[in-house]
Amino acid sequence: MLLIACPHCGKRPETEFRCGGQAHIARPADPMTVDDGAWSEHLFVRANPKGVHAERWCHVHGCGRWFNALRDTISDRFIETYPMGAKPTQFPQSETRA
Amino acid sequence: MAQPFRLSRGGRIDRTRPIVFAFNGKPVHGFAGDTVASALLANGIHLVGRSFKYHRPRGILSHGPDEPSALLSVDRGPGRIDPNNRASVVEARSGLRTTSQNHWPSLEFDVGAVNDLLSPVFVAGFYYKTFMWPRKFWDKVYEPFIRAAAGLGKAPTVADPDRYANRHAHCDVLVVGAGPAGLAAALAAARTGKRVILADEGAEPGGSLLHDTTSQIDGRPAADWLAETLAELDARENVILLPRTTAFGYYNHNHVAMTERVTDHLTSAAGQAPRERLWQVRAEQVVLAGGAHERPLVFADNDRPGILLAESVRVFLNRYGVAPGRRLVFATCGASAYQAALDARAAGLDVTLVDLRLEADCGPELAQLRSAGAEVLTGHTVIGSKGRKRVTGLVVAPVGSDGRCGGRRLLACDCVGMSGGWTPAVHLFSQSRGKLRYDDAIDAFVPNISAQAERSAGAARGTYDLAACVNEGFSAGAAAAGSDERQEVRATPTLTGFQPVRIMPTDANPTKVRAFVDYQNDVTAKDIKLAVREGFQSIEHVKRYTTTGMATDQGKTSNMNALGIVAGQLDKALPAVGTTTFRPPYTPVTFGALVGPARHALFDPIRTTPIHEWAEAHGALFENVALWRRAWYFPKAGEDLHAAVARECKAVREGVGIFDASTLGKIEIVGRDAAEFMNRLYINPWTKLAPGRCRYGLMLKEDGYILDDGVVARVSDECFHVTTTTGGAARVLAHMEDYLQTEWPELEVFLTSTTEQWAVIALQGPKARDVIAPLVDGIDLSPEAFPHMAMRSGTICGVPTRLFRVSFTGELGFEINVPSDHARAVWEAVFAAGRAHGITPYGTETMHVLRAEKGYIIVGQETDGTVTPDDVGMAGMIPKAKGDFVGKRSLARPDVVASGRKQLVGLMTDDPKLVLDEGAQIVADTGQPIPMRMLGHVTSSYWSANCGRSIALALVEGGRERAGGHLHVTTPDGFTRVTVCEPVFFDTKGERINA
Amino acid sequence: MRRFSLTSLLSESLRGHTGWGRQWRAPEPKPRYDVVIVGGGGHGLATAYYLATVHGITNVAVLEKGWIGGGNTGRNTTIIRSNYLYDESAAMYEHALKLWEGLSQELNYNIMFSQRGVLMLAHNVHDVQSFKRHVYANRLNGIDNEWLSKEECKAFCPPLDISGSLRYPVLGGALQRRAGTARHDAVAWGYARGADDRGVDIIQNCEVTGIRRDAFGRAVGVETTRGFIGAGRIGVVAAGHTSTLMSMAGVSMPLESYPLQALVSEPVKPCFPCVVMSNAVHAYLSQSDKGELVIGAGTDQYTSYSQQGGLHITTHTLDAICELFPQFTRMRMLRSWGGIVDVTPDRSPIIGKTPVQNLFVNCGWGTGGFKATPGSGHVFAHTLATGTPHKINAPFTLDRFRTGRLIDEAAAAAVAH
Repeated sequence: MLLIACPHCGKRPETEFRCGGQAHIARPADPMTVDDGAWSEHLFVRANPKGVHAERWCHVHGCGRWFNALRDTISDRFIETYPMGAKPTQFPQSETRA
Repeated sequence: MAQPFRLSRGGRIDRTRPIVFAFNGKPVHGFAGDTVASALLANGIHLVGRSFKYHRPRGILSHGPDEPSALLSVDRGPGRIDPNNRASVVEARSGLRTTSQNHWPSLEFDVGAVNDLLSPVFVAGFYYKTFMWPRKFWDKVYEPFIRAAAGLGKAPTVADPDRYANRHAHCDVLVVGAGPAGLAAALAAARTGKRVILADEGAEPGGSLLHDTTSQIDGRPAADWLAETLAELDARENVILLPRTTAFGYYNHNHVAMTERVTDHLTSAAGQAPRERLWQVRAEQVVLAGGAHERPLVFADNDRPGILLAESVRVFLNRYGVAPGRRLVFATCGASAYQAALDARAAGLDVTLVDLRLEADCGPELAQLRSAGAEVLTGHTVIGSKGRKRVTGLVVAPVGSDGRCGGRRLLACDCVGMSGGWTPAVHLFSQSRGKLRYDDAIDAFVPNISAQAERSAGAARGTYDLAACVNEGFSAGAAAAGSDERQEVRATPTLTGFQPVRIMPTDANPTKVRAFVDYQNDVTAKDIKLAVREGFQSIEHVKRYTTTGMATDQGKTSNMNALGIVAGQLDKALPAVGTTTFRPPYTPVTFGALVGPARHALFDPIRTTPIHEWAEAHGALFENVALWRRAWYFPKAGEDLHAAVARECKAVREGVGIFDASTLGKIEIVGRDAAEFMNRLYINPWTKLAPGRCRYGLMLKEDGYILDDGVVARVSDECFHVTTTTGGAARVLAHMEDYLQTEWPELEVFLTSTTEQWAVIALQGPKARDVIAPLVDGIDLSPEAFPHMAMRSGTICGVPTRLFRVSFTGELGFEINVPSDHARAVWEAVFAAGRAHGITPYGTETMHVLRAEKGYIIVGQETDGTVTPDDVGMAGMIPKAKGDFVGKRSLARPDVVASGRKQLVGLMTDDPKLVLDEGAQIVADTGQPIPMRMLGHVTSSYWSANCGRSIALALVEGGRERAGGHLHVTTPDGFTRVTVCEPVFFDTKGERINA
Repeated sequence: MRRFSLTSLLSESLRGHTGWGRQWRAPEPKPRYDVVIVGGGGHGLATAYYLATVHGITNVAVLEKGWIGGGNTGRNTTIIRSNYLYDESAAMYEHALKLWEGLSQELNYNIMFSQRGVLMLAHNVHDVQSFKRHVYANRLNGIDNEWLSKEECKAFCPPLDISGSLRYPVLGGALQRRAGTARHDAVAWGYARGADDRGVDIIQNCEVTGIRRDAFGRAVGVETTRGFIGAGRIGVVAAGHTSTLMSMAGVSMPLESYPLQALVSEPVKPCFPCVVMSNAVHAYLSQSDKGELVIGAGTDQYTSYSQQGGLHITTHTLDAICELFPQFTRMRMLRSWGGIVDVTPDRSPIIGKTPVQNLFVNCGWGTGGFKATPGSGHVFAHTLATGTPHKINAPFTLDRFRTGRLIDEAAAAAVAH
């Protein structure tokens, strides 16, 4: 079980959170103007990196707030968590290789 | 009672507290402090089981958790029987009934031992090469035969009467293992004042100090140091000392799982005490001090009862006061076995030691043992053993530098203590995903690079000398607690020194030698070589092909020997073959401990409404809907579901019914931008909805498919009272919060779940107004002042209410929202007022029928995550001019706008009495061959008492264009013909609702 | 190839089994192959096997970064069934099931396909509706699947608790009698041996580090830890690593990779006759021929390549197992492990062409790939051999996410309302 540092509440066990998948995917300002390919990319295509991944979490059984996190998907180590709308302060390459 | 192999003195057993337990029906006497294994040995019982495949007689190999052979079924009373217990860790106590496993008809005479004769055929992987013909024989003959032969003990057959507990704990330093290193680590950490948990799998903390009767620490017996250390730890309030607690899993972010055996060792446990307790510890720092496991030597017939690990012989002697034999031969390739031999001499036993190492390669241990009066044969190999159900001798021979064996010699004995060196217990370290390093000097993998906040100390990292273990442990504990405190004790030097050997040199024909590597799974060195010859060269392949290391001990005694043999066969360095990844658990963990109290009502929380007890008292049957228990129907005496629902349905349409709708999800949406937020989330428009009016809202996921629906009331310009489906409440709120916080943070909107705050009493039927009229204050109930789809605030029975005039039945109806605390009282008042009008309570089944008569959909029943608004005929709810909303873009995708999508229709069976199966499939032509082309399926189907016939809703390809046409629907034994119709069966003009 | 049989086994037993050779060779990679398959799991090896046997294409290499069958093939709970709802899925899994039924004989390798039946339990009205929808759809597709009352469930699986004391009592179940389990490792080994015998090179410890494309954007070969290997066509069949591999060719995928855990108990004598699945309470249980109870858990909620998940996922699974089978509370977890599953948005696989010419992909099997192994290999071999999809995998395109023609089995079993 992961230990996740909610930017608002501090470290809490994973079971208090819901993972919302890849972060920083901008919803098109006017979706009706994008073509089917771009729209399906927005909906479905994901980076799914082996290494550092920016993802969204919601402290659903806590403060209820969404935030972002950088996590290494090989080691599952969190590098950083930061509030919605913010940018990460660091973006290292993967710390380990599979 | 006679315990012929109990030494007259010594050991940590309590000789004042005799105990007796049963082994295969016969009484076995021992003392408090014994394990089942030590008590059996005290009584001279070595034969305790039969092996997995060949049914070979097997004894006790080890004294600890690595025991592969001595597995017993233990019966602790009715319902408390479980198999595969390691005799070496089960604490003996009066009342236990233990039985050996995997034999028929008896342990002594086992027919299955014929497999041993067939062993030339039953080699590794033989089953992949045969049992293929005739094809049908696999399921009927071969597999049942293999399955019956496999398995060890018998699974329990009745529910377990014991209970299990679960505890979450946090600490600064968790120390795993209370041997010399772990104790020192805990001590150092505790002295800093940090919160420390020290867990040890044994019944008593101390590890090797419990059987080390000769070493001294700082000039005094090691046992004194142990006692003082424990006393200090015990006295400290910042230390939790957990004996009988096995740390079995090291998970992400220093989450360590441990299982504590609470009552199994007690003859009479306190009534409510749990059998085991799962500890989930989140530690800032972890010190791993789990010690090391000894390796067996690989030689012919190294599996006979009476052949033990050398250190285990020492443990039985010193800790339990038991001699595993009277004439002992030790066989070794290292120094540690000499200490066991010395202790055996000190106990007055006859001792010979055979050392593969040459005289010159041995250390001071050689002279020590010789001076103790034991014969030592250096430069000797073990060719094999004699005996069958008990070892009677060891065949040894000198071995030259060229590896050739000299003349054989038979050493008569009744017990062998063997040592092939040591393997640090790196299981938890490896589970934490630390990287191992192969240490040539000790021929073992040791912790190298940590992946988490942990450090290893003592034998677990390959440090075997006592003083070094203590000092290293202390430093590790201090460092874990953020201190650089050190401590330097001096202690009697530990006998170390070792030359690794893979297979003992032999002069026998190698194709005939059966030298066991994995005892439990009957994997021999020959099997491993065969696997390598057949191309299985990765250790993971070898494991899977031969099953070595896959038994209940998970290879604790066998892994390094197997690796070594593979490396030797491939002529590669050992690390090039790799080590297997260790996975939890370290030792097997009882399911019950992992489950804890999560059974039945605690498996998932049960949600009930304020009306629940009233419904129970009025005879309701309930159904599970998401986490809720909802009243399903209210049968009167003699009524079944069908009769009760028919009565309830009629009552609502003809008079009035009362229904508990409290489970509906409710969300209060407030703020300056509430309407705009609603516009973006629902397909409907909200800006122009007047306060006090309601609208049926439909919400999509971004992929365009229906997520949820529900009536929404506008309470004020900046406040909406949203309802959701019962199961969808949390999902919808999460969906809303997600968009609000992450996509549209500029909107000033606040979302609050009010599901639990508002109870909802639905009153439906032509007489609904008459019933509530006398109870309501402050609201004009007249149809003109309070039309359908309106909401008013006022009081009912003096309780504040948001009164909705809405209907999920097609009748005049109200949904009375009142604060939950007052719901029961209001319900009862309404019910009392309704008696004069024949008020009838109804449940979810009637609700379903009534709404189906009107063609109202239920999200999750008519829809299934692939259904769009147009599919259910609701595309018209989307205004042409409406801007973007969640899911809008996806509704324009090519396959979503294509013709031929499944659409909601009604179906009427030719036979009005026939009620279709929900889920039944629909075809146009029953004559077509299989696979048939399916046009859709029945989503809802009921007997409608009000229509006097069966009714059904269905999703059908191009359904709306098929109105009036005939289709065919599957029945349990064929098809039946139906007519497609509009999805509304009752009051098709919809007049009743506006009454 | 030395044939396996009782006769050969007996004759070898007389000479200490010294006559068995390698089950597959360990060749050095050639500079170029007609087809290079990236990924030596069951699906990749089956693809190679059918390329050789059905299409006569034998200049084929299977590149495996570790050891064959070491990924999800060797980490799953080995459940095989074909009672899927949609025509597309049903055709795919039934194609596989038919191949499973003769696979031991075809491969001359006992993969221990055991048709002991898979029973899927219904715990609420919604389950009943959903399972009956499956049963009827399967019937019209020619796939066996029958509805059982709870008493019939109990008769088929005597250890089952059908009392009302359960939190979610059993209301009935759907049984596919032809479904069952197989010995997962043997599937990889059997296909490897069969493919190798027909000339396919199986190259282990060979990690693909790049996909080379020519000036026209066509894939022409792979960079590996053992050098460049040219390829006429490349098939990526590397569950858990598809996104990474495809990104080497500049292709982004609609995939996310999640940890999926499973566990086994200590072995016991036969006590559980079939496979039981319960989607509502998240439990999957069978007993292996070795006697272990084999238990599958759900995925963790976050993407990860660690092959390790959280304990709470395991405990929740065991909660469900012990709720349904309270007699197993005293059994013990012996071993647990994790795999990496590639999940698509509709949880159905993607099998076919990619935007890059000569590059093909077979991925996204989620938690259910093992059961499809022979069928998947068979149709992917067709796709690689002919350059066009087999009619069975034609609907499983990458393009369906653009058009919206999804094949969403899981959505069709939507959660309770």
